[in-house]
Amino acid sequence: MNPLKKVFLFYYEGFKSMTVGKSLWLIILIKLFIMFAILKIFFFPNLLKRNFDSDSDRSNYVIEQLTTKSK
Amino acid sequence: MEHFDLSLVNWSRAQFALTAMYHWVFVPLTLGLAFIIAFMETLYYKTKNEEWKRITKFWMTLFGVNFAIGVATGIILEFEFGTNWSNYSWFVGDIFGAPLAIEGIMAFFMESTFIAVMFFGWNKVSKKFHLISTWLVAIGANLSALWILVANAWMQHPAGMHFNPETARNEMNNFWDVLFSPVAINKFLHTVSSGYVLSAIFVIGVSAWFILKGRHLLLAKRSIIIASVFGLVTSLFLVLTGDGSAYQVAQKQPMKLAAMEGLYEGSEGAPLVVVGALTPGKEYNDSRNPFVFRVQIPRLLSFLGYRSGEAFVPGVKNLVEGGYIYTNKEGKEQLALSLEQKMERGKIAIQALADYKAASDAKDTTAMAYHKNLLDSNFEYFGYGYLNNPKSIIPNIPLTFYSFHIMVGLGFLFILFFAVLLYLALRKEFKIKKWLLRISILMIPLAYIASQAGWIVAEVGRQPWVIQDILPSVAAVSRIDSGAVQVTFFLFLIIFTTLLIAELKIMFKQIKLGPKEGGK
Repeated sequence: MNPLKKVFLFYYEGFKSMTVGKSLWLIILIKLFIMFAILKIFFFPNLLKRNFDSDSDRSNYVIEQLTTKSK
Repeated sequence: MEHFDLSLVNWSRAQFALTAMYHWVFVPLTLGLAFIIAFMETLYYKTKNEEWKRITKFWMTLFGVNFAIGVATGIILEFEFGTNWSNYSWFVGDIFGAPLAIEGIMAFFMESTFIAVMFFGWNKVSKKFHLISTWLVAIGANLSALWILVANAWMQHPAGMHFNPETARNEMNNFWDVLFSPVAINKFLHTVSSGYVLSAIFVIGVSAWFILKGRHLLLAKRSIIIASVFGLVTSLFLVLTGDGSAYQVAQKQPMKLAAMEGLYEGSEGAPLVVVGALTPGKEYNDSRNPFVFRVQIPRLLSFLGYRSGEAFVPGVKNLVEGGYIYTNKEGKEQLALSLEQKMERGKIAIQALADYKAASDAKDTTAMAYHKNLLDSNFEYFGYGYLNNPKSIIPNIPLTFYSFHIMVGLGFLFILFFAVLLYLALRKEFKIKKWLLRISILMIPLAYIASQAGWIVAEVGRQPWVIQDILPSVAAVSRIDSGAVQVTFFLFLIIFTTLLIAELKIMFKQIKLGPKEGGK
């Protein structure tokens, strides 16, 4: 049998025969959805990546932040 | 510091703490239970006794539930780095990037491959390969923790890097100094061994419940013996690594040590407080007794912190006022600077960074070299430039003190617990009194409290620093609307609480179901 198919079947049959409740998987899927599809996109952007195009701009911004916060 | 929004800093810290504590609910059980399972499966492999397989599979199911519900909770912390702590994220540069990348790759390959074999591979791969996979899951999970803890240790004691004023980033110049920093080694060993102790208590507590219910007695008795041995050995190791960690704190974070011990006035031959109650509202410079009451062991703090019963241990007041002799990073004795002097040097370093930047923009290489030199020679105090009063370098002393003493007290209680249980379990007739079985169940929440308290000591005790001496939280935080942070804090609180309740229900259900087939 094709090794890739073997690996696929290994995982497929493994998940299929799992006896731990469906509610566990439901919770995991809900959690991952909340984390990646809601929190990451709408609440947790990477500010420096979003607001600046280059590392040089990011450096300048952070230096400006660091050197003005002390005053 | 006038225009710092302290509510933003505090809400960002609260949010990070909430997320980290939620994440840490799941991690310690993963770290330790994986090894307990590996030992059990090794016994199955050696003895060919099917009961050991049944025991292994039962604990493996609980491991799986804990692992599955805890999976990816740590990623939220990384989201927060990018949003709430963007200055910090940029400033740490590749120091954090390298260990976290290794952790990510390692976790992905180890977990997706060997965990799958561990759960799905019974009867599909050889017994030997299955056993190896189980051990690799245990080792892999702990190695994953290593990289995270190395990154955290670097924040407590920055090493193996230099600061590049051109990019405003710290650049790693010696990976091994970062990996093998004594703080990192002690932190890793202490943290993972705390997970082993918690897991041993979890196994004992669940097994005690089975015995009280008169169910799965053989599984429960065997599990208690394995977990008691594992717990006793690892809890003794925990004391050893705790001592190593406290020694490092004394050398590198003396203010944290002072907070852990409620030590306001330093002294030679300083005593260790075993138990005590702090005077509410005590200020570092008032003359009130710091304790309402205390029980202490003479000279022990000096001995543990500096390996000499006569050594001087600085208190909060000494650390603010300076003027005492201490041993610096190069091992030379020198006079401690006052906070005021450190703040002055910090401001020089920050101004030098600004001037370097201006010189760089003007392409004035002579001025650049001058300001870089000034920055380098004052960089170790860089973070002090953001502070403006003595109180700003003092962490929350009551929270640090009580968390530390709860953690240590419970740690010693656990040693006694394991020893008593092992003694009773190994007698000719396995007989544990009902009250001790009930206490065994109560030990589970205590183990989680001790584990969380340890992180409170580590993280609250090092405030105001995000990176020790170099970057305080007020400078590390992103300038975003504090209202947005409050919204996400409460959003997390609701989501995490709901998920935790649902997840606990699943865990309890699996425990109630017990092992599947056969058994006595």
